[in-house]
Amino acid sequence: MGILEVKDVGKRFGGLQALGDVNLSVKENSVHAIIGPNGAGKSTLLNCLVGKLIPDTGSVMFDGQSVLGRTPHEINQMGISRVFQTPEIFGDLTVLENMMIPCFAKRDGAFRMRAIEDMMREKDIVEKAESMLKDMNMADKHHMHAASMSRGDKRRLEIGMCLAQEPRLLLLDEPTAGMARADTNNTIDLLKQISDERDITIAIIEHDMHVVFSLAQRITVLAQGTPLVEDDPENIKGHPKVREAYLGETA
Amino acid sequence: MLGLNKKDLQLMLIVTGLTMLAPFILNPFPESSGMAQFNAGYPDLMQRFVIFGIFAIGFNLLFGLTGYLSFGHAAFLGVGSYGAIWMMKLVTLNVIPAIFMGVIVAGIFSVAVGYICLRRSGIYFSILTLAFAQMSYALAYSVLTPITGGETGLQIKSTDRPLLSNLAEGETGRANLFGMDMRQSFELNVGDWLFTFNAGYYIAAVVMLIAFYISIRIFRSPFGLMLRAIKSNQTRMSYTGLNPRPHTLAAFVISGMYAGLAGGLLVAMDTQVGPERMFWTASGEVVLMTILGGVGTLIGPVLGAGVIKYMENILSKINKDVLHEWFAFMPDGLEDFIVFLVYPFIGKGWHLTLGILFMLVVIFLPGGLVEGGQRIGKWIKNRGKAKDTGGSTEPAE
Amino acid sequence: MEAIILQILNGLDKGSAYALIALGLTLIFGTLGVVNFAHGALFMIGAFCAVTFSRILTLSHTVVDETKTDFLGNPLKVDVPYLHDLFGQATGDAIIDWAVPLSILFTVPVMMFVGYAMERGLIKHFYNRPHADQILVTFGLAIVLQEVIKYFYGANPIPTPAPQAFAGSFDFGAALGFDPNLIIYPYWRIIYFVFAAVIIGAVFAFLQYTTFGMVVRAGMADRETVGLLGINIDKRFTIMFGLAAAVAGLAGVMYTPINSPNYHMGMDFLVLSFVVVVVGGMGSLPGAVLAGFLLGILESFASMREVLEILPGLNQIIIYLVAIVILLTRPRGLMGRKGVMED
Repeated sequence: MGILEVKDVGKRFGGLQALGDVNLSVKENSVHAIIGPNGAGKSTLLNCLVGKLIPDTGSVMFDGQSVLGRTPHEINQMGISRVFQTPEIFGDLTVLENMMIPCFAKRDGAFRMRAIEDMMREKDIVEKAESMLKDMNMADKHHMHAASMSRGDKRRLEIGMCLAQEPRLLLLDEPTAGMARADTNNTIDLLKQISDERDITIAIIEHDMHVVFSLAQRITVLAQGTPLVEDDPENIKGHPKVREAYLGETA
Repeated sequence: MLGLNKKDLQLMLIVTGLTMLAPFILNPFPESSGMAQFNAGYPDLMQRFVIFGIFAIGFNLLFGLTGYLSFGHAAFLGVGSYGAIWMMKLVTLNVIPAIFMGVIVAGIFSVAVGYICLRRSGIYFSILTLAFAQMSYALAYSVLTPITGGETGLQIKSTDRPLLSNLAEGETGRANLFGMDMRQSFELNVGDWLFTFNAGYYIAAVVMLIAFYISIRIFRSPFGLMLRAIKSNQTRMSYTGLNPRPHTLAAFVISGMYAGLAGGLLVAMDTQVGPERMFWTASGEVVLMTILGGVGTLIGPVLGAGVIKYMENILSKINKDVLHEWFAFMPDGLEDFIVFLVYPFIGKGWHLTLGILFMLVVIFLPGGLVEGGQRIGKWIKNRGKAKDTGGSTEPAE
Repeated sequence: MEAIILQILNGLDKGSAYALIALGLTLIFGTLGVVNFAHGALFMIGAFCAVTFSRILTLSHTVVDETKTDFLGNPLKVDVPYLHDLFGQATGDAIIDWAVPLSILFTVPVMMFVGYAMERGLIKHFYNRPHADQILVTFGLAIVLQEVIKYFYGANPIPTPAPQAFAGSFDFGAALGFDPNLIIYPYWRIIYFVFAAVIIGAVFAFLQYTTFGMVVRAGMADRETVGLLGINIDKRFTIMFGLAAAVAGLAGVMYTPINSPNYHMGMDFLVLSFVVVVVGGMGSLPGAVLAGFLLGILESFASMREVLEILPGLNQIIIYLVAIVILLTRPRGLMGRKGVMED
């Protein structure tokens, strides 16, 4: 039994069957990659996992509990964090403030009104945010405006913000899209380090085969809304069906 | 001190100093001089400065922090006023219960309005709030006449017999604070200067200082951080496990209560209210104040309220004759020409000046007058530096 | 039955004005993505174009009429419009009488230019700024325009009559076989409605059947793609803004005989027109027109005596009430497209 169990999930948009009978099982503390050509339904699947879309059929269980019908913030509070394709951070705030927000969310829940306390006097929060920034190698950027950073730094910050919530499952949506090679390699190293050092499951949607084969312990291939195969990376590389559907296309 | 950091404490002390010494600061010109008409240190206007300051501070808590632009905030001010005047008519002429009543009524009303309007965001939110405010105005004007007095509004009349007052037969009640009449003033003559210290002004000023203090605390609090996060990125907000809805509703209600507080204070000062207080132009005015002063800054809204109320009451009184007097030293033709150029922007045309000023601020100074001040400050500093180190900044090669 | 027909007719002229303003608002919003709070001011400027034009027509010089004397026994001085000198008295008077319809010719170029200047001079710089900024700057502009008009024309409404030929009323009741005088309707309002219908039809036809319109519609649907195709969409959008301004201006010109123009008429209509646009669905042209007429008629039904006896004050709030209900139940409005201003 994996930490995330997707059973028979289907989703239609009008006449288009975006997802049909998707089954997926992500093992705890592993790195699981979901790959597939454009339009294979990867993003739709991801959106079904985090509450942005509600599938028409099937079930999505996280740690034995259904996530269906819950709002994004409720699912997040269950322990699922998501990293977006283009970094979603609080651009108007400083880096430290960005990092403090998930720390508050972890400690105080979805809504707690603390309108009179001084946020900088919440020692535990500030310390946690600072140590998290140190982990992300951003200790020198505390007071920078988040929007003024490079894309690579924004990505690091976003991943750090997700980790600050100590999630059990981290979902990444093409985390290296549009990045230079050096930034991509940095991100791979960061993710490897996270997976080694922390008690965390990572599910990653990716286009870049280099990223996938450097990280994943298990791979699911989606094509036209249905899973083609699910196997270890070595077997996927040589799989004829996959070659036909996916690798052949990019070769 | 007071749980504020050094910079905020400084600001708080400066504002306290300015409001307490306002009767001096606003009356810099001798009574007999031609400039006396620029004196703003009379009770009525000073009260308006601080009361609309409160209104704008509250509006800024919503718009400045969350970015939700309400175009119907005057409704809460109006509702607060009606609540306060009924408290005075029926229960007591003491202003404190009346002000509290204003805050409570506005708070309840803003919970209802906010609950509905906040289901949408962006322009839809603006239109919804506008629709609610216009509806309140129309209702106050027509159907609700028994409660609101319709077009003529409500005043304290000689027939009103509040429960907790011992008025003589036929005596018209006056707003007071434990017996101290709001209109009571102490006048100080120093040479050619006349300074007026009005009871009502000082009460309103103290309330404003409290409101200002609370707003600083909210800005610096975890709650304030969450509100700024909502403005910055709602998607990341919900994917960080935070529910934006109760945050925005709380901000909306706090902001509505500030408006109610301002409404209650207005009634405490002049004991009357009419539906025009809720008209959408009044809502537009608080938007102008906040933007003009500096949205999202602490002191900006108060500044903006001051500037607009000053223009409304002082600039609007300058007429053509006054202008001719000013430019009398010029040759006749030139004098007429200058008056012709300046006249459209003052007197009854002060709205034009306001509109132009407002546009310039939105286009060039998104941080309002506060940002303008900061830029000038920086420029002066840099200029000073450049002079000091003038020789050494040459490229050394 | 008569009462219902009468209310529908009564709603039509206000509905026409709403529809025309909302149409222009939607054109600007749909093409440029700008929320224009100054659109009401364009309506008002249109109305004052009619005032200006009729003032130009009546420019006069003083002539001493020897045949008559004033009450002091001096020869009477009369103001003779230059038009009399040019075309003779009868033609001159006829032209003056027809000032309002004629001023359309004057208004269209003026409004096109005003719209062009507004877009190039101000709005252009706000395409990439938040909607709140667009609302604020156009709100400021609206105040400025309003005050400028007030400075030149004063604060009082200026009566601007329709041509004599349309001064009377048409007895609809008699025409439809009811008793006479039950349903009477001023001619000018019929004209206004027909005029609005023609303008709306022309705008739709223009968008539907011309290449220009096709590109603009494509731009409304997906701005970036059309930009990528190498079509100079910005220039076309500028023209669209001029067109929207002209539509608002024409709505204003023709409305002058119904309601004497004053400097704040634009704002009065704008608040309601925005509600209309939202009800119709932000970015939907048919939605704007439909909602305009619907709300106009609804408003006049709500002001029937029978309705007011049951629900007093309903006529004052009906539009807002409908808007609130629609926005909460159908967040995209009656005919709104997906993805337009969802946030």
